[in-house]
Amino acid sequence: MTIQFNDETFRGDYSFRNSPWAIKRFPFPFHEDSYMYSVNMEQHRGGPAGSVFEKRFDVDEHYVSEMRDRALVLAEDPLRCQSLPHMTLAGWDLLELIMVSKSEDYPDLFELHRDGDRWRWVNKPLGIDDTFTFMDETTLPYGPLEYITRQTQGDFAVLDQRDDNLWMDAGMVTTQADWSLDFDIGMNFFEWHAPVPLAHEMGIFKRALKFLMNVQQGAPARRLNWTMTVNPLLDTSPENYHKWGIQKTELTAENIGAKQHLRVELQTFYRLPRSNALVFPIRCYLIAFQDIVTVPKWGRRLHRVIRDLPEELATYKGFIANRPLMIDYLSRYDDGLPTSPGVWADLETEPPLQK
Amino acid sequence: MSAAPQKAKAGAEKIEVIVSAVVPVNELVTRFEFRRPDGAPFPPFSAGAHTVVEMRDQGRTRLNPYSLMSDPADPSLYAISVRRDDQGRGGSLYMHRQVKPGDRMTITYPVNLFPVDLRGRKHVFLAGGIGITPFLAMIAQLERLGARWELHYSVRNAALGSYADALTARHPGKVRVYHDDRKQAIPLADLLDGQPLGTHVYVCGPKGMIDWVHRTATEHGWPKDNVHSEEFLAPQPGTPFEVRLCKSDMTITVGENESLLEAMERCGVDAPFLCRGGACGQCETDVVEHDGSFIHRDHWLEDDQRASGKKIMPCVSRFVGPTLVLDR
Repeated sequence: MTIQFNDETFRGDYSFRNSPWAIKRFPFPFHEDSYMYSVNMEQHRGGPAGSVFEKRFDVDEHYVSEMRDRALVLAEDPLRCQSLPHMTLAGWDLLELIMVSKSEDYPDLFELHRDGDRWRWVNKPLGIDDTFTFMDETTLPYGPLEYITRQTQGDFAVLDQRDDNLWMDAGMVTTQADWSLDFDIGMNFFEWHAPVPLAHEMGIFKRALKFLMNVQQGAPARRLNWTMTVNPLLDTSPENYHKWGIQKTELTAENIGAKQHLRVELQTFYRLPRSNALVFPIRCYLIAFQDIVTVPKWGRRLHRVIRDLPEELATYKGFIANRPLMIDYLSRYDDGLPTSPGVWADLETEPPLQK
Repeated sequence: MSAAPQKAKAGAEKIEVIVSAVVPVNELVTRFEFRRPDGAPFPPFSAGAHTVVEMRDQGRTRLNPYSLMSDPADPSLYAISVRRDDQGRGGSLYMHRQVKPGDRMTITYPVNLFPVDLRGRKHVFLAGGIGITPFLAMIAQLERLGARWELHYSVRNAALGSYADALTARHPGKVRVYHDDRKQAIPLADLLDGQPLGTHVYVCGPKGMIDWVHRTATEHGWPKDNVHSEEFLAPQPGTPFEVRLCKSDMTITVGENESLLEAMERCGVDAPFLCRGGACGQCETDVVEHDGSFIHRDHWLEDDQRASGKKIMPCVSRFVGPTLVLDR
């Protein structure tokens, strides 16, 4: 299908909207009526047609506006993109991975023409047509990591693998759920996860690290993560907490349906071939509560998950203060009927709301 | 999206190849070059990576890991060098005797358990015998990046020094070859003392050499993380033993000349693996019950894990005793 790109904002007047198409394909993260951590990895090898899992790097109606928002963030704070000196090769790896994937998966939007090391990259939605020499940084306007991630939705953590650990040694991070690349740069896997409650005691990170260090070339993996965001803000960074944190206090029973957003991250993991680094793309999808509840199964389930979530998790995810408001609102969309297993909307088979 | 944990898959992704050349290098070593049947480029790889070669040897499947020695920047071919081991379990003999140009084979995607630390200000390679192979790829990669390196290569004699002449000719001043038969040895202590800060040392060769390098580097105050090694262990023959596999609900016998992993595969059990050489950890298996003693040969388990009697690496380790029950 041809994608109609929205002209929208993720700040100021918040004109971000999901079309009915985007609502239906939203990556709802809960496969049952409750939530607890798990190492919920699976192979990233396509998915149902039209779903966000189908392509290696999903492009949707928000693409052009998201890239505009990223450029604004970088203009204010260039340290959102960093790459330690030994990570340049990994940057080229990532550039190649994205260019090859996008040109194969979206031939009507992206083209890659390769003649030896002479490459021509055409990005039609952003109006880019550049010719450069692969592995020669002087032929691009930015380093390879910054160049390609200014054109790709989602944050990118590029992890060096050595000494039986993963190290946050490069990245592009402008659409994050309250963490900072500038703070985490150079840290290892346990160090940058130190603030997460409960999971350390559960041994989650040891198992996750083992799994990630064994992600092999040709066999990418994926998982979903989630949190909550008031207003459709992409840049919920610690650096800008003074701007967005206060917005959490503006939630009311009247505006919660439009203002409160479920924020879902599609996290994928690829072994990069030349550098043996691991890239961790973190793609953020936002959806307003009033749009989620148009899917009866999701409305029922979200109410139950939020109501029963352990207090530590609601605190860590930053919505403990607003949880009563959320439960009041969501309870109107929960009639107590059972829900079908799995994450899919099941619009044809799940009954409409019975109240 | 199931959002449910998945079982580790057995082995890396596979690539179909055609043997494009079989080149004797010397009396013991032969190089095998692979191309893709459709002429497509191979995936790029990082120097230090290996591939696992699948051999169909008279109804028996052998899976042996070999370091990729070709230039990582050349996607037109992959090359490995195989040293014939007349006392081994037969994989290298199969490669030497049966594999001919034009044969179709299956190999895995590259897996790297011996990567170059790209932070290194300088890289010192220490090779013993056939341990030269990963360094051939590393040298090609570092030359392209313009990084500093040197190679110290210990061989039995000049005739068995695979690629020694070519390396010396191409990189004069960076390669030193030491011949056992002329009583030459790598001057390790001197080498380690003379390096600038930020140097990384890599060793690939026989176990004795690897241990010697780690020990000497420690004695000379080198940080542990600056010394890298790779040793593929071939499973060793041993007394046959019986194993109960509880998840699969079967009891199998591990023969004298096969590994525990191979015995499970022979009986149709889909057990996870990656390197098949005791290094990657992928085949780690829980022991439910045992009466007897383990012969741990891997580089993966920690001493306390071995002492606990609760873990075994079936790719290289064996067991002696009447009862072994595994959670597989």
